Amino acid sequence: MQQNMLEVSNLTTTFTSRKSTFNAVDGISFHVEKGETLGIVGESGCGKSVTSLSIMGLVKPPGKVSGKHIRFDGDGIDLLHLDQKEMRKLRGNEIAMIFQEPMTSLNPVYRIGNQIGETLKIHKKIKGIEQKDKVVELLKLVGIPRPDEIFYSYPHQLSGGMRQRVMIAMAMACDPKLIIADEPTTALDVTIQAQILELIKELQEQKGMSMILITHDLGVVSEVCDRVLVMYAGKIVESGPVKQILQNPQHPYTKGLLASLPRKGESHKRLSYIPGQVPAPKNWPKGCRFSDRCPYVMDQCYVSLPPLFPISEDQHAACWLVKEEGREADVKHETVR
Amino acid sequence: MELFKQVKFDEPVREKAKLALDVKEILYVLTKSKSVLIGGMIVFIVIFCAIFAPLIATHDPYQMNIGDRLLKPMEHGHLLGTDQYGRDLFTRIIYGARVSLEVGFISVGLSLLIGVTIGLIAGYYGGWIDMIIMRFVDIVLSFPVLLLAIALVAALGPGIQNVILALGVVYWTNYARIVRASVLAIKEEEYIQAAKTIGSSDFRIIFYNILPNCLAPIVVVATLGLGVAIIAEATLSFLGLGIQPPKASWGWTLAFGMKFIRETPYLSLYPGLAIMITVLGFNLLGDGIRDLTDSKLKRK
Repeated sequence: MQQNMLEVSNLTTTFTSRKSTFNAVDGISFHVEKGETLGIVGESGCGKSVTSLSIMGLVKPPGKVSGKHIRFDGDGIDLLHLDQKEMRKLRGNEIAMIFQEPMTSLNPVYRIGNQIGETLKIHKKIKGIEQKDKVVELLKLVGIPRPDEIFYSYPHQLSGGMRQRVMIAMAMACDPKLIIADEPTTALDVTIQAQILELIKELQEQKGMSMILITHDLGVVSEVCDRVLVMYAGKIVESGPVKQILQNPQHPYTKGLLASLPRKGESHKRLSYIPGQVPAPKNWPKGCRFSDRCPYVMDQCYVSLPPLFPISEDQHAACWLVKEEGREADVKHETVR
Repeated sequence: MELFKQVKFDEPVREKAKLALDVKEILYVLTKSKSVLIGGMIVFIVIFCAIFAPLIATHDPYQMNIGDRLLKPMEHGHLLGTDQYGRDLFTRIIYGARVSLEVGFISVGLSLLIGVTIGLIAGYYGGWIDMIIMRFVDIVLSFPVLLLAIALVAALGPGIQNVILALGVVYWTNYARIVRASVLAIKEEEYIQAAKTIGSSDFRIIFYNILPNCLAPIVVVATLGLGVAIIAEATLSFLGLGIQPPKASWGWTLAFGMKFIRETPYLSLYPGLAIMITVLGFNLLGDGIRDLTDSKLKRK
């Protein structure tokens, strides 16, 4: 059996303000296999980005991460219980991140070459000429034309797509085992999006890395991911292989997301959408968090939170409907929070 | 995915990479802002006088000649006349620039060292560290600054080193506040988050990633601060707490000229003018730099 690159168990990220306490991520568990791409999908504010920051150990106070464990690379390391110094050794070296906004995620006062070289300097102690050679090599790897020239450019001289390539080169600098890409294509033009996705996918296969791809774009998921988690209001509502989820979505939320994608040749139709919006954490319903937007809502949904019910071997959905339909009866009931 | 593989565009690079600072660009900036141009020229002249004082001066600054005391300007080859000991006033003023700039630059450097470090730490760490540091800054600011400097010099004893020390210790609060404010904004930027994800330590993030990004306001305030420090030095010297004679200092020369203000008002007038013009130069330069950096922000 293949070992898991990342195993997250019961991850909860709590934010405390003077008035209230809420869990932006609420007891989620998942794993990423070696060489696999896991998509995390959901609307804004459903806890996708907080999940990635929690894994990196970069949740800012007053945020607090708790849970059972976040196992990284087999059984060795538990990210939840590492101190800051040990986490720093992992960040950039073993786990790298690509951000959503390439326009702002490069430091405006440093040349491209120096910024990429920074990672090499911190983790591999590579300096001078050797560093430059390696950086130029990385720039070539991510498909930047005239790397020798771009090495000396400042971020403001590059276009969005180029900058995102630079960010990818930065992430790749130390050959990490896991890449977390937080909406890497959201801020880019559609044509550039495809190129960047293709590049990420190519590099991932070439280096055998695992990847977590956070996005709200199901099109991206279908192109790049092996498995997908659908998140809603801090919970995983559905998980499974991409094909199964896209062809046979079980949770009404996933269905709603799929239905709201524009389709070719249906230009005369109005786009469908999910009415309402993700409730703020303090307004989360007592029962199923999707209950106030769900078209199939039942009495039970208002009362208790559905756990993840297995649908097939590797597809799960957190919906009472799934249980109603009698696919699975012997699931432990989660107590109402 | 297959579809996109056929059409692959090279994304354009907007500008060519530039290696060296562009001389043309610097000249353009100078012509664009008159206050930078005028202020810069004044500051340049003052610095030039200070460095090449022995070449510019017409006499020995310490040579007394009782026979020539209190001469009028242009009398006996003394451009601005002589003081009560017969020393050439022009020479004394040229040499005075040395003292003023020395006190100005070193004390501002000292303030920067203290203020910037404290501001960076307060802004970056926030929370109770920030709270304690900024309340301490408030306490220091609640004293009249010059009184505090006078008290310090009085305790340490007069002399150029103690004046520098006193001014450095008194004026750091401004820098701390401004740096803290910049850090609060910059630390939320995504590239700081990105720096964290590549495993940079706090020290590295503060000094390598944040500090260069808040240099613009620091440069402006430090330039204006030079003017303030020069006035403060002149004030201390005027009160007899600063530079000790026979060293040439504008403040002290001005104070001494007061005794003869009825007969030879220019003895106080010229050192006063020197102080005024120098401070004006630094203020114009500082204001000009601020305008330039501001308009850059607007252009974004």
